[in-house]
Amino acid sequence: MHINLTLLVQMLAFAALVWFTMKFVWPMILGPMQERERRIAQGLAAADKGAEELKQARAGAEAILREARERAGVILDQAQHSANEVIEQARVAATQEGQRLVAAAKQQIELEAARAREQLRQQVGEIAVAAAAKLLEREIDPRAHEALLEEFAAQI
Amino acid sequence: MTASGSARIGEYVIEHLTYLSNKPQTSLINFTVINYDTVFFSVLLAVLFAGSFYWVARRMAAGGTGAPRGFQSFVELLVEWVDGQVKDIFHGTNELIAPLALTIFCWVFLFNFMDLLPVDLLPGIAHTVGLSHLKVVPSTDLNGVFGLSLPVFFLTLYYSIKVKGARGFLAELTLQPFTSKNVFVQALFVPINFLLESVTQIARPLSLALRLFGNIFAGEMIFVLLALLTLVHGYAMLGTLGGWGLAIMQLALTFLWGVFHLLIITIQAFIFMVLTVVYLSMAHERH
Repeated sequence: MHINLTLLVQMLAFAALVWFTMKFVWPMILGPMQERERRIAQGLAAADKGAEELKQARAGAEAILREARERAGVILDQAQHSANEVIEQARVAATQEGQRLVAAAKQQIELEAARAREQLRQQVGEIAVAAAAKLLEREIDPRAHEALLEEFAAQI
Repeated sequence: MTASGSARIGEYVIEHLTYLSNKPQTSLINFTVINYDTVFFSVLLAVLFAGSFYWVARRMAAGGTGAPRGFQSFVELLVEWVDGQVKDIFHGTNELIAPLALTIFCWVFLFNFMDLLPVDLLPGIAHTVGLSHLKVVPSTDLNGVFGLSLPVFFLTLYYSIKVKGARGFLAELTLQPFTSKNVFVQALFVPINFLLESVTQIARPLSLALRLFGNIFAGEMIFVLLALLTLVHGYAMLGTLGGWGLAIMQLALTFLWGVFHLLIITIQAFIFMVLTVVYLSMAHERH
């Protein structure tokens, strides 16, 4: 229980230790700690911002997708519509063409029939003339009796 | 117990209370005597504290702000805790106070921690290398504790005068706690106020030092007294059941006291730190 020179040495050691801590320890530990704290806070803020932006981007993408889907539906509708139209037109055209063909065929047939009838008439006329000539035993002048023959033929 | 037994007990206790100094000290104050053990261990612990913290600090300053690991986490925890304590008590800007508080807490804790080493471990080693005595706990040396509290006291005086001015500080010493509107009555109060305030001021470093000293010294004495349980009997006591009982009792009590003392040494270091910050904070306050 004595006070001696140790006291002064202890005080000097204490002063030196405090000076050292103040100069080389405290700021070099607290500084980086605060810097790190700041960076963590920044990082968290950036993460929040990123999440918010992601949410917005998702919403934007959703809207774009919805619009695209709507437009695709519209385009599909239009395509179907125009396809129907084309089919309708084609059917109408085909029907008309068919009718035309049928009409042409009928005409052809009538023409053929008329020609056949004409031929038949002529032949009948000839046969009749021949028959008459045979009957009369003399030759009838076809030119002289043409009108008569025509009349016969028309009656057949 | 035989007379030689009690003589040995006295010898043992006194041996644990004697410093390794350059010469025996007879008067209360003698500045030609120095306690080598106190100086050695406090400087060793200072180097341990400053070295380990400086190692971490340099790595942190160089390595930027990477994730903390191991000892660095511990140091950061301590620094942040001390910083929080200082900010709670001291509202101002003073670059000195927080590092001072950290130094005090760590150094005093390490001083006190020496108390938890077995009482005869280091002195026993010292004996084998030819040293007569060794006191390993610097906070059981009055020089050690006053070596902390006096610089704190000087700092409070310095900041009181710096912040309040010499006149402000003198006014604080002489114009309170008793005040009067009458100038003559006030003049009468001045010496009384001065006496009271001086006692208040001087009591601070005294109580700061002696509280720490008393707690740690008492703790050390308990360890020494527990060691006495088996001291006088020697190894022969292990031949008897009672001897074993004593040995086990010493072991158990020392363990229990050690656990309790671990709490005390931490609390004492904390109290020393907090009171230092409180005194310095009061020195910065204007009235």
